[in-house]
Amino acid sequence: MTNDMTQDILYTIKNPRVTFRQRLKDMAKIAENSVELVRYTEKSKEYFANGAIMDMFEGKTPYRTRYCVPDYELFMKQGSKFLMLEPPKDIWDAVGNLLCLYHNIPADGGLPVYIGCLDELLEPFVRDEKEAEKAIRFLLTHVDRTISNAFCHANLGPRDSRAGRIILKLTAEMQRPCPNMTLLYREDTPDDYLMAAFETAIASAKPSFANDALYRRDMGNYAVVSCYNVLPIGGCGLTLVRLNMHKLPELAESPEDLLERVIPDAVTAVCDAIDSRCEFIVDDCSYYENTFLYDEGLIKKDKDHMIGMFGFVGLAECVNGVLGLTKPEERFGKGKEADAFGEKIMRRIREEIDKRPCKYGKYGLHAQVGVMEDSGSTPGGRIPIGEEPDLPFQIMNFIRMHRDCDAGCGELFPFEETVKRNPQYLADIMKGAFKSGARYLSFYGSDSDLVRVTGYLVKKSDIEKFRNNKATLNEATVNGSEVHRNLHLLDRKVRGEEKKE
Amino acid sequence: MGKTNITAPVNKIISFSAVDGFGNRTAIFLQGCNQNCWYCHNPETIHHCKACGACVEACPTGALRIVEESEGSVDAGKREGLAAERETVRKRYVAYDISKCCNCDTCIKTCRENASPKIRSMTAGEVMEEILPYFPFIDGITTSGGECTMHLDFLTELYGLVEKEGKTTYADTNGQIPLWDKEAFLRVTDQTMIDLKAGTEEDHRKLTGMGLHNPVENIRRMAELGKLYEIRTVVVPGVVDNRRTVELGSSLIAAYPKVRYKLIKFRHFGVRQEYLHIQEPSDEEMEALGGLAKRMGVKEIMIT
Repeated sequence: MTNDMTQDILYTIKNPRVTFRQRLKDMAKIAENSVELVRYTEKSKEYFANGAIMDMFEGKTPYRTRYCVPDYELFMKQGSKFLMLEPPKDIWDAVGNLLCLYHNIPADGGLPVYIGCLDELLEPFVRDEKEAEKAIRFLLTHVDRTISNAFCHANLGPRDSRAGRIILKLTAEMQRPCPNMTLLYREDTPDDYLMAAFETAIASAKPSFANDALYRRDMGNYAVVSCYNVLPIGGCGLTLVRLNMHKLPELAESPEDLLERVIPDAVTAVCDAIDSRCEFIVDDCSYYENTFLYDEGLIKKDKDHMIGMFGFVGLAECVNGVLGLTKPEERFGKGKEADAFGEKIMRRIREEIDKRPCKYGKYGLHAQVGVMEDSGSTPGGRIPIGEEPDLPFQIMNFIRMHRDCDAGCGELFPFEETVKRNPQYLADIMKGAFKSGARYLSFYGSDSDLVRVTGYLVKKSDIEKFRNNKATLNEATVNGSEVHRNLHLLDRKVRGEEKKE
Repeated sequence: MGKTNITAPVNKIISFSAVDGFGNRTAIFLQGCNQNCWYCHNPETIHHCKACGACVEACPTGALRIVEESEGSVDAGKREGLAAERETVRKRYVAYDISKCCNCDTCIKTCRENASPKIRSMTAGEVMEEILPYFPFIDGITTSGGECTMHLDFLTELYGLVEKEGKTTYADTNGQIPLWDKEAFLRVTDQTMIDLKAGTEEDHRKLTGMGLHNPVENIRRMAELGKLYEIRTVVVPGVVDNRRTVELGSSLIAAYPKVRYKLIKFRHFGVRQEYLHIQEPSDEEMEALGGLAKRMGVKEIMIT
């Protein structure tokens, strides 16, 4: 965004690569950014200026939360006075009511990043399976064509269900990036159902898999939203302020100085900024009081349901930078010392966050996937593409660096052709990783059109369209096309060994 | 059982493999084979190194060097597998430094002996130590080759250690070494995967240099014991009568609905120059053979 508003407006209204809806959203963002009313502390300002923290282009005058996670279960039970909806009596009522609510979610972008734990919401209405499939197809198609955002996320519960099976079947068939999808895996999730989920994941790069036990322990009744953010159901992710860890070595005189002085200071800057933004959203704008979701109990304004998201990227670059590591075998992801130091940094950040009283709700630590302007930083605490060690060691590294990420983290693995005949292979890896403490994993076929960019899905064919100056329905393509280039997505190590006979 | 000094020549360990049996498996490839199949896709695993040194010259990273030692100074354990039967190697062998290796396989391309210098002589305990970090993520291990059953004592020890950790053990074998009477080995073996390379004695001898009796007997006996995961046939047009092979294979396993018949397309990848004239089979041919197996009562057929 340039300083000349006229230029921004002209660019936005003429941009051939966006749909009308995307244009409208961009115009709204220009308006919002034309005033700046959030009162940041001096510490936050210092860190915004030196580039070590960023506001994620969330908007300079936030009048809504970043993410809103309504309690859809309650909504199904009670309907909505404001929307004049009775509780649903059959599957068509159910999908109809849900769609009405989806279009009335007060969050950044005006569209939902969470559309519910769909199988659990719909299972009570599955009477005739054919009819249910028709209704669910209608729902998924509508979501894809009107919400059209790969950050829109559906969840699937840990139990086998007819609705769940229908959703998996349709997802494999439709091959669309929206909605993003996660299965909340529990140890008692039946193997047979898990295999069905993996078969869909192999065909369409979703669902991803969340470690239910860990997230339930940390977040209570939770949902996976947007890329892989984890938030309490009936709650909001009010804002996300990000620590650009790759910038921290510049501020530190030594590794000890980084741990003892820079990190506590930077954590203060991030948490201050979160508090400042929350103050504007909650107090100045009366966000909660201004939405029927709050009146009807679908979102709650209390300590456990208001999450200020503390994001981070660039742990790898931070470690390599501050320890001055250049040899491949010593760098983050391969070197023992580097990995141990990375873990220390993450512990330190969590300790500092936990020490600090939160002005609104609580802080959640989130391994951020990056934005399209990023270059020179790897998402969250991941190992840079091209430097990955052998898969078991990459998984263990992912676990170690993300132990404290209660508000979400993810790692993704492309796999090759041979894996398609052996979904059990992916199940073994996932179960082992979850038992070892991993929180979240995604897989996708290296040769499929749907690919996962850092945390959300895009179609390779859409990226081509975008590059040729054509609009695509899916907003995430715009991000995907650049992230793709900056992070060398296609160079990611493909897994599953070709065996020689 | 205490750990022994028995070693085997380890060609390669793949941490996660999707193509070596049920689920995710760590695959351990041992060097040396008792067959010499025309179409071998990794001929560098057939023979043991003669220490000619050609690869040492060619290695771009200096991971290989010739070591000449007088007899007696070489650690007996380390020598086994490095063509131990040859007097010359007792004094001279190619040492391999895995930490310097960039896996470009120049050595293997250079080798004229169907061997590889990238061989580590390891005890079962040493292999175990290396693969233990993979255990949370795998269903079990598969040993392959070369021909892994040429090292049965080693396998028995390794499998015992793996089973103790609650993981499964699979042997991928050409079936030439009788397994049915190896009780100690079978006690710790969950499953075998056995090649059926031809359907007649003549074809089998022509293709592999060895007879058909033992593979067939192994397939029969392992199936009876419930220790047969799959049989596999590489389909090679014009070299053997592929229909005869599939007929024989199907008749052996049709009574066991869980045993899979894996029909593998012969591919030129990795095959030696002199056999590249052999045609790759068409998809139709593969489907027809799959149909044949199905008609003969095989329940699980995989064409790859």
